[in-house]
Amino acid sequence: MNGHRGFSVLRSEAVGAVRTALVSAENLQLTLKTELSQEEQHLKPHTHTNGGPDETHTKGYCTEVNDDLKEMLESNKESLKLEAMKRIVGLIAKGKNASELFPAVVKNVASKNTELKKLVYVYLVRYAEEQQDLALLSISTFQRALKDPNQLIRASALRVLSSIRVLIIVPIMMLAIKEAASDMSPYVRKTSAHAIQKLYSLDPDQKEHLIEVIEKLLKDKSTLVAGSVVMAFEEVCPDRIDLIHKNYRKLCNLLVDVEEWGQVVIISMLTRYARTQFTSPWKEDSVFDEHSVRAFYESDEEKTRDETEAKAYVMDPDHRLLLRNTKPLLQSRNTAVVMSVAQLYWHLAPKNEVSIVTKSLVRLLRSHREVQYIVLQNIATMSIQRKGMFEPYMKSFYVRSTDATHIKSLKLEILTNLANEANISTILREFQTYVKSQDKQFAAGTIQAIGRCATNISEVTDTCLNGLVLLLSNRDVITETVVAESVVVIKKLLQTQPTQHSDIIKHMAKLFDNITVPMARASILWLMGEYCERVPKIAPDVLRKMAKSFTSEEDIVKLQTVNLAAKLYLTNSKQTKLLTQYILNLGKYDQNYDIRDRTRFIRQLIVPNDKSGALSKYAHRILLAPKPAPVIQSAYKDRDRYQLGTLSHTINTKASGYLELSDWPAVAPDQSVRNVEVIEPVKEWAPSLGKTGKSKPAKSSDDKFYSDSGEEEEEEEGSGSSSSDDSSSSSEESGSDAESSVEKNSSQSSEESDKSSSQSEKSSSESDTEKKKRKTKKPLQKKTVKPTAKDSDSDENRNVAKEARSSSAEESSSDSESDSDTDADSGTEHKKKTKSKAKPKVEVKSNEEVSLLNLDDFTPAPVTQLKSSVLSPSLLGDLEGLCLSNVSSTIQVSGPAFVPEKSHDLLHRMTGKGLSAQYQFPRQPCLYQPTMVSVQISLTNTSDHPLEQIHIGDRSPTGLNIHCFNTIECLEPEASVTVSMGIDFNDSTQAANFQLCTKEDHFSVSIQPAVGELFLPITMTELDFHKEQGKLLGMNESSATITMAAENMTSQPISRPVATVANLGVVPSGQDNVHRFAGKTASSGAVVLVTVELRELSTALITINTEKSVMGSMLLRDLKQALAQA
Amino acid sequence: MIHSLFLVNSSGDIFLEKHWKSVVSRSVCDYFFEAQERASEPENVPPVIPTPHHYLISVLRHSIYFVAVIQSEVPPLFVIEFLHRVVDTFQDYFGVCTEAAIKDNVVVVYELLEEMLDNGFPLATESNILKELIKPPTILRTVVNTITGSTNVGEQLPTGQLSVVPWRRTGVKYTNNEAYFDVVEEIDAIIDKSGSTITAEIQGVIDACVKLTGMPDLTLSFMNPRLLDDVSFHPCVRFKRWEAERILSFIPPDGNFRLLSYHVSSQNLHPLRSTSLVAIPVYVKHNITFREGSSQGRFELTLGPKQTMGKGVEAVLVSSQLPRGVLNTNLNPTQGTYTFDPVTKLLSWDVGKINPQKLPSLKGSMSLQAGASKPDENPTINIQFKIQQSALSGLKVNRLDMYGEKYKPFKGIKYMTKAGKFQVRT
Repeated sequence: MNGHRGFSVLRSEAVGAVRTALVSAENLQLTLKTELSQEEQHLKPHTHTNGGPDETHTKGYCTEVNDDLKEMLESNKESLKLEAMKRIVGLIAKGKNASELFPAVVKNVASKNTELKKLVYVYLVRYAEEQQDLALLSISTFQRALKDPNQLIRASALRVLSSIRVLIIVPIMMLAIKEAASDMSPYVRKTSAHAIQKLYSLDPDQKEHLIEVIEKLLKDKSTLVAGSVVMAFEEVCPDRIDLIHKNYRKLCNLLVDVEEWGQVVIISMLTRYARTQFTSPWKEDSVFDEHSVRAFYESDEEKTRDETEAKAYVMDPDHRLLLRNTKPLLQSRNTAVVMSVAQLYWHLAPKNEVSIVTKSLVRLLRSHREVQYIVLQNIATMSIQRKGMFEPYMKSFYVRSTDATHIKSLKLEILTNLANEANISTILREFQTYVKSQDKQFAAGTIQAIGRCATNISEVTDTCLNGLVLLLSNRDVITETVVAESVVVIKKLLQTQPTQHSDIIKHMAKLFDNITVPMARASILWLMGEYCERVPKIAPDVLRKMAKSFTSEEDIVKLQTVNLAAKLYLTNSKQTKLLTQYILNLGKYDQNYDIRDRTRFIRQLIVPNDKSGALSKYAHRILLAPKPAPVIQSAYKDRDRYQLGTLSHTINTKASGYLELSDWPAVAPDQSVRNVEVIEPVKEWAPSLGKTGKSKPAKSSDDKFYSDSGEEEEEEEGSGSSSSDDSSSSSEESGSDAESSVEKNSSQSSEESDKSSSQSEKSSSESDTEKKKRKTKKPLQKKTVKPTAKDSDSDENRNVAKEARSSSAEESSSDSESDSDTDADSGTEHKKKTKSKAKPKVEVKSNEEVSLLNLDDFTPAPVTQLKSSVLSPSLLGDLEGLCLSNVSSTIQVSGPAFVPEKSHDLLHRMTGKGLSAQYQFPRQPCLYQPTMVSVQISLTNTSDHPLEQIHIGDRSPTGLNIHCFNTIECLEPEASVTVSMGIDFNDSTQAANFQLCTKEDHFSVSIQPAVGELFLPITMTELDFHKEQGKLLGMNESSATITMAAENMTSQPISRPVATVANLGVVPSGQDNVHRFAGKTASSGAVVLVTVELRELSTALITINTEKSVMGSMLLRDLKQALAQA
Repeated sequence: MIHSLFLVNSSGDIFLEKHWKSVVSRSVCDYFFEAQERASEPENVPPVIPTPHHYLISVLRHSIYFVAVIQSEVPPLFVIEFLHRVVDTFQDYFGVCTEAAIKDNVVVVYELLEEMLDNGFPLATESNILKELIKPPTILRTVVNTITGSTNVGEQLPTGQLSVVPWRRTGVKYTNNEAYFDVVEEIDAIIDKSGSTITAEIQGVIDACVKLTGMPDLTLSFMNPRLLDDVSFHPCVRFKRWEAERILSFIPPDGNFRLLSYHVSSQNLHPLRSTSLVAIPVYVKHNITFREGSSQGRFELTLGPKQTMGKGVEAVLVSSQLPRGVLNTNLNPTQGTYTFDPVTKLLSWDVGKINPQKLPSLKGSMSLQAGASKPDENPTINIQFKIQQSALSGLKVNRLDMYGEKYKPFKGIKYMTKAGKFQVRT
């Protein structure tokens, strides 16, 4: 009913709102409102289905409040809606039911106001389960948000979507999780790991699919993701230990950088893992085998550092890795992290290493009360097995009067565990203070503790006993409960060594009158009976007293009285026969059936009569049999069956979801499962196999490498003249290839790139051949690049290159030669080849910019890159050839007209922990792939320690193709190095994000190119320029008029700013007042033509023709700015 | 992980609930209330309470119980540590963490809790990150927001979340660049009846307030780093550097943070004398007696400075929990004021500064309940004090250097000694 009313109101209001919106003519509000009314249409059918249940919720005043809120939510003012949502959240927080507002709230899910949207999310998650149908309406909003460019919005959409516990949307969630798992933002990937757990708890049937996602995310290298995905692993598939193998070492190495909560989860998972994979380090008879340990360290440079101590046990290197990498975390400020490392050491470390955790655990005792409680519990368990660990810190467990009771008793427990012959006197003195505590429960606990000390340490048994008796006699010092406790403890102590203590028994008998606590009285009576032969005079007297007071005693005392009577009857029947019969008679009519039973039993047993002949003979032996002394032991004795630090350990029962720690395997499972083809091994075989060292994931590079070489071989076979020839000694080829060269011109890409390379060929052919001789055939093919690169570096080439650029005509001819040899090859190989050739050759151009140092250091880099580019013929590369085919052959890529010196910060040295990086665009065609823009990165080590293994790590999967530089093994302090890399920006100015990694750290960096850097300059005749321009009119043309300073109106000042802004070539112009520039985009090779026409009154008309209209307009904007400044 | 959170005040009302997974009925708290009733003192409620289907893990701060509901195995410290972080965050945002403050800011509280946990697993607990996501409420901002309609909620993922220095946001700018460090040492001690020291330890922290532009890289070195026995660091401190050189090297978070906490053990101070202990800066002469049968007790207390290296002992506060039998006291302080609460039997004496020439004392009589037996134990005396400009352990900062930025920051360092858990048994 209310639902109906609500909606009719809602509708009419919506109509009204639209009207007011129209009147107010605020466009924004208008569109907003129409959206709403559309959604309202959706809502309408649901009112019928949900009307019924809704009614039941509605009650009294609540309705009025809610109507108010509803009105506010319907209003078209953001502030009112926000206020309403805030009040609703207030209701939720108080636990009030606000579910009936669901339809009104859910409409705001797409609000532009972030805070409002967030509050709606809060509401949605809270009530979606109850209002499933309505909740579905919001799904499309989230699906849209999942595609948002803002990572925070993507992440929060996934968070909410996965929190909506509605079964119908499981497939949608699944899809969203899968997509998010490969999102470029690690934050979104983290969120997807959380979503996995949510989906699993909603629908466990999805387990298999989820495991796939987990497997994928486990491979993630981001520290942000690691903790969350391990959490998901623990919840969904903790038994799939096989998923961990490959990631084990990575997790160990990342651990220090993971956020603290993730650390806890990962450490506890790794503890479990290690217990299944390694053999026990606790064996006494383990053999010392230094050799194997050392062999390991040599193989892995990471580990050599701080590990000097020799182990008397052959530990799996991975086991050691875990222990070493967790140790620094003991210094964490997070108590949970410290505790989890402590338990890891407890469960995994060799016995002699466990004690390094002690200090840190004791430190935690300074923390909050609750932390103390948990830590003390764990110390209590530890201290039973390993006294030595905590003994030096005994004083840290001294009790303060301000401690909470449970803390006090835990400290007492630990002190008792720590007691030994050496420190017992100190501990007992401390205990004496505690006995007098106002906290009676604690004082009683102390007495028990004294009792335990006395039984455990035989030297002090007498002292303790006397001390306790002294306590008893000094009645005014202690209270009833303490006395009672003492008696009970003394009873236990006496039982262990009764012979010498008849004095104490007598003393106890004297105290008997003053003690009222039943347990204590019963204990004394039992003592009397048990040792009645030692106190033959006193015992009957005690029995006499008991006979008098029997009826008013507690049950437990009565039972012991009966026992005492029986025992005395057997040993001293002369004096006690009558008393015993009296007591047995009283017992016979007692109200408690236990006592009646006992009485009957005792009577039959001890009083001889005709029927009971057989048993009574043994009565003495039955009742006065020697009894074993009770063992007093700690309550924490077998707590160690639970993993330390767990909830189960704390509550001493198995909590749901507790994962057992398995026993060490007798034989370690295969260790090689953890081997990952990591970067280091790759480096090792790199020299022999042509240097594959690079920072791509190792596996993929492997594959490539091999498949690569195969292809190469084919290529070599295919091309009559060996492929090495084509790049270096062009003169040889020219002969054989000349025939085909004419037809070949059509394939543009090869031509262009080859053009540039031809220069290098000329200049370097000699040195190349020399080098080649030194090399075997296979590497040779790759190495060919290297010589070119090196040569190009040599000083003479600098000049040569410049010349070459200017004389483009010459080049073109030599191009065709190199081209021709590709033609000889068949189909697919053809393109790959040309590309491979193209790259090394293109590199030549960079000779001007690239420093000697750079190339020498990184000769491997170009080689690698070459190889991989050969293998992966990118589609774009192929397209390049196609789209340029219509351009006339006179258009050639030329050298840059001007290279701006400006470099940009990539990584600040503070952020980079000493590593600083700057990048600049050398404006050289990229040697790796023609579609890439080459970028130079200068790395400097500003820290005071060498930085190792600088490489490019995780690249965000933006679809940007990045060619990394080779891993830099070591960068000494103050040293700097320049490396080059290639990035295929796909003709967009979107930033390339990747991680710059050192051995220890990962830094996310991004390179954002200005639009002008995405071009390559080309040279063409004025005629060709006009021809091209003619094809690029209309939509492809953008122009603007600007005002310029008069003195800038000459050609020199014009070309300079243009060249600064964009990497374009100058086209010779017949007119003085018109300047033309030409280039092509790096990735797709689209032609870009710029015309600057100077006019009167210091104005100029800039015209840009290109089919990439977006780039055109961006370029226009930049040019306008630059020229106006000039 | 954490399923739900209930906030319970001292009178046993649930005044806030938040669920991160499916909703858990608040009746689960009944088990908690039961435990609360059983406990004699609020502190005695056990931090972990198992119930048939859930486990309740609670912390008590500022008279509010933060009760987390757990459904399956989880390291209890994980939850406890997190709950304390929540309290710290509230304190950071609202200045105080009281029931009233939480109720007034319920929306911000909810937004915070939403950001801090996802599916019960901590998401963002670093205060710098949270403050970018949700701006702390100030009067000015509230006014501005109502006028402009802008919100307290950030629209971008905080830069810290993804960076390797999550504790520092980028683009920090200050006109006055300053870095202050406070070395605060607390002395924990138990002094026995005769005045000899049973145990004494020094726990220290270095709290920093760093307001520096850009990405400064600081190094802090000590004259005597060997004193530090056990340390725990803010995540920003480079551990390897400390291990190798005993130098603190770090990129500081923006604003206030605790750089380091350390422990100076008594063994370290005097390696040769196993019994010798930390210098105790004050001494107490006391004479507290109860006589059997008499309804009067004597109470005498005199404080004096000892081994203070010439620095004055300030802000002295003496408190003592007198036995239950004491009905009232009639005492005369030579300086300061004293109060006695006849209900809680708590005696407290605000002494102020100790004048070495004229030692402060508190003397008089206690009236005891007639007929009651003499109290078993003499009360323990807790003392608080401060000594400015001195770190008891003798720890000294050598120098502070900044790298990575051009400007010259203003640097300051302050030392202070405080009493931690300082108890005198009588």
